[in-house]
Amino acid sequence: MKSSVIIFPGSNCDRDMDVALRKFGFKNQMVWHNDAEIPKSDLIVLPGGFSYGDYLRCGSIAGKSKIIKSVIDFANSGGLVLGICNGFQILTETGLLPGILQQNKYLNFICKNVFVKIKNKENKYFKKIKKEVLELHIAHNEGNYFCSSNELKSIEDNGQIAVTYCDHKGIEDEKNNPNGALKNIAGIFNKDKNILGMMPHPERMIDPFLSGEDGSIFFKTLIESL
Amino acid sequence: MKVKVIVTLKNGVLDPQGKAIQQTLNGMTFDNVSEVRQGKYFEIEVNENNESKAKSQVEEMCKKLLANLVIEDFKIL
Repeated sequence: MKSSVIIFPGSNCDRDMDVALRKFGFKNQMVWHNDAEIPKSDLIVLPGGFSYGDYLRCGSIAGKSKIIKSVIDFANSGGLVLGICNGFQILTETGLLPGILQQNKYLNFICKNVFVKIKNKENKYFKKIKKEVLELHIAHNEGNYFCSSNELKSIEDNGQIAVTYCDHKGIEDEKNNPNGALKNIAGIFNKDKNILGMMPHPERMIDPFLSGEDGSIFFKTLIESL
Repeated sequence: MKVKVIVTLKNGVLDPQGKAIQQTLNGMTFDNVSEVRQGKYFEIEVNENNESKAKSQVEEMCKKLLANLVIEDFKIL
């Protein structure tokens, strides 16, 4: 399976993502944002970081960069596109995913482990994961998911909510909502479920000595599903 | 010509920075401030002498990049 990680100026989780993808069997290639085309891939990843210094709005400049047209074409033809953290912000700015990530409710940069509940397993990302709750890491200043009430109804009706913030038992309440996100939303799909954007970083949870291994489960089952 | 644009958050959209500024002003001597909403201001130099053409170009820019219409409105001054 071939994957491509797009590097924007200011991306900083691209190397971690490369290590994670290779560890679980992907043949990964790094693609510079100024390239016009993406090599043949089964999965494209937009990594975390601060593309273009978060100028204007997080992800807005990357959302208009040269490589993005190829990402959009790939996504529209059914290809798997995964956006983590800043990658999620970029996906909302391109319009591939609905809504927007606003500044965290209490104006603080949050960097900690959280639990997220998998809300829909009828997709390639989560279908082989047996667990219902994963422990992953978040590190962001703009992770407060927001969309209009009509849009929210539409994403709920279409099963587009991918993961929500919760406690270790899977209870999703305000106490376990780190950033003020609407309905505790930590990640969403597009209608066809081939595009996933989420704030938590699975690539930071792949080492039994340094972190948990719930990120390993994510990558191991993802490559099995392809 | 120079075109000026203001981008603001839509009514009802949470503005935590505006709220923090309001609370700070209240804590100074400005205790009659009941709300602050923060926005963005752009000055765009367009190589175009026809005002309506320049403004319609800037309107496109606002829709495509300068504002995110999910949460923001724009006003061309």
